[in-house]
Amino acid sequence: MSTPYARLPAWADYGLIPLINLAVAFAVAGLVVLLVGENPFRAAIILVKGAFGSGQGIAYTLYYATNFIFTGLAVAVAFHCGLFNIGGEGQAYIAGLGIALVCLAFDQVLPWWLTFPLAILGASAAGALWALIPAWLQAKRGSHIVITTIMFNFIAASAMVYLLVDVLKPLGSQAPETRVFLEGAQLPKLGWILAEFGLRVRPSAPLNVSFLLALVMAFLVWALIWRTKLGYEIRTYGFSPKAARYAGISESRIIMVTMLISGALAGMMALNPIMGDQHKVSLDFVAGAGFVGIAVALMGRSHPAGIVPAAILFGMLYQGGAELAFEMPAISRDMIVIIQGLVILFAGALEHLFRHPVQTLFATVAPKSVGLAAGQERA
Amino acid sequence: MEALDIAANVLSSTIRLSVPLLLACLAGLYSERSGVFDIGLEGKMLAGAFAGAAAAAVTGSAWLGLSAAILVAVALALVHGFASITHRGNQIVSGVAINFVAAGATIILGQAWFHQGGRTPSLPGTARFGAITLPGAEAVRDVPVLGPIYSGILSGHSLLAYLAFLAVPFTWWVLYRTRFGLRLRAVGENPAAVDTAGISVTFLRYRAVVCTGILTGMAGCYMALSQNAGFVKDMTAGRGYIALAALIFAKWKPVPAMFACLLFGFLDALSIRLQGTPLPLVGRVPVQFMQALPYVLTVILLAGFIGKAIPPRAGGVPYVKER
Repeated sequence: MSTPYARLPAWADYGLIPLINLAVAFAVAGLVVLLVGENPFRAAIILVKGAFGSGQGIAYTLYYATNFIFTGLAVAVAFHCGLFNIGGEGQAYIAGLGIALVCLAFDQVLPWWLTFPLAILGASAAGALWALIPAWLQAKRGSHIVITTIMFNFIAASAMVYLLVDVLKPLGSQAPETRVFLEGAQLPKLGWILAEFGLRVRPSAPLNVSFLLALVMAFLVWALIWRTKLGYEIRTYGFSPKAARYAGISESRIIMVTMLISGALAGMMALNPIMGDQHKVSLDFVAGAGFVGIAVALMGRSHPAGIVPAAILFGMLYQGGAELAFEMPAISRDMIVIIQGLVILFAGALEHLFRHPVQTLFATVAPKSVGLAAGQERA
Repeated sequence: MEALDIAANVLSSTIRLSVPLLLACLAGLYSERSGVFDIGLEGKMLAGAFAGAAAAAVTGSAWLGLSAAILVAVALALVHGFASITHRGNQIVSGVAINFVAAGATIILGQAWFHQGGRTPSLPGTARFGAITLPGAEAVRDVPVLGPIYSGILSGHSLLAYLAFLAVPFTWWVLYRTRFGLRLRAVGENPAAVDTAGISVTFLRYRAVVCTGILTGMAGCYMALSQNAGFVKDMTAGRGYIALAALIFAKWKPVPAMFACLLFGFLDALSIRLQGTPLPLVGRVPVQFMQALPYVLTVILLAGFIGKAIPPRAGGVPYVKER
């Protein structure tokens, strides 16, 4: 009965199987839409139209995608090291503190292009620090990083509520948020690029410079993981901690360095909503983006070339989902949370569900493509 | 006398608040002791709470609500089992997925079915598990010491609360005094040995996962049908994770699990009680600090600064039969 151990061709491995998984996730989501009494196909059309049908829609889609590129990269880097960083949410939240300190200090004196690099440093330092503690505990004390990062999400949430309510809130204000940053801490929008293509974008559209930063980071992560010695060590450790140990790679060093990078990437996510859109730090500005990163990384197979389109897909779901909520009040934005869960389930936990049938199919139809001589498939 | 009243009050709400933690914690115990990590406790509780409240609202029966809660939680537990036992997927990824599906689906379905912004209709007393007065509680109310303890703290909880505390000795008995329990512990430590003895690892783990489903369903049902009168969106608010923390705190043992849950319940009750009141010596403690305390304690414990928590050895590792 057992299928021969066959390697699928790369296009099937990296293209076909993820697509099948994704299709099944969306099919199940469609069932949920049916269950609430709406037409899933009409919903899908409204969703795509809402996300890509107008310049404004595209600007919002890419704005959300920016968040998810950062958090997706953060999860992916940790995945390469065999670590599961669920703490992106907390790391991004705490990074808001780093950004707030930089912006509140410099927004009156510096122009944005000087504040921005400082804020990047602040954000990544705060995010990395929040990842460092779980990393250190994993490396030196053997406590499981999944549990500690979850705990740190809650601790971050409590800490930020405390800071925003009791410390950062300006005197006399009721809302638990910092004061609005001045121009020196507001990032320029990128809507004009879309306008160049003849699309209509209002100046309020939140797409901003941090989108470009996200793309740069995607490239840097690719270069780091596949083109540097450190990246090689990270992948080695992720593939086989034992082999890495034999190769003389320091276990605790590689865990801590990887988590620092992961936390820094998650932290940079905070730049997009804070400096690019809201111009203040408010409660719950991360809004689940840290968790979406898990789905994005799984869908993108932890490769930047997969993560960027996966992030844009989730950006589409967020923006199109907002439009959908107008048209079909029964389907609120929480639909995305379901889709996110289903994508994580089918692209992550059940990723082998369709591998076996696909392998069998390949072995039967085109034995050569999986490296078998014809007729050998019955072995 | 007033201080005593306050103490009785806090302790009584400690019990009330630790019930869902305890049920979820014991739920996690079955699964994790069998070698299946489950960070989807939160999602199963939430789905159970929603199903329980929805069924109770439609049928008007608390018992049908409980059945629906258990059914839905077991179904989700089986999805987790299917992914992590049958398909050897990553157990943590699967748990995360279930949490998201539950978080989204409860709101979407709640809105579609009841049109109250993700809530279920407020339940009348008959469709809930109300407070039970223990026998003799009225009689001893005025007896000093015994009165406040028996009728003030122990009496007046719902049936599910008493069931939760009875589940502790029961779980201990199952785990340490039955064949199933022995095998359950063995399969979490060394599944190959269990397999060699001719016992199906898969079936054993599936049974453990079903136990998890039943108990998380009860936990969710308690929140929706006893603590509250209906489902409110995201009502579990991280309790599944606190239960997980309690499980680690208790080193995967049933009786310590109860004390860990009571401790976390006490912290919760205290933080509600102390909201805004200044303490002697330290002054006003921020509520957020009290809320974060269980998580901080867990991290410290995990780091091995208070004893060492060693998880079941085969936890998180899918079993591959040798061929």
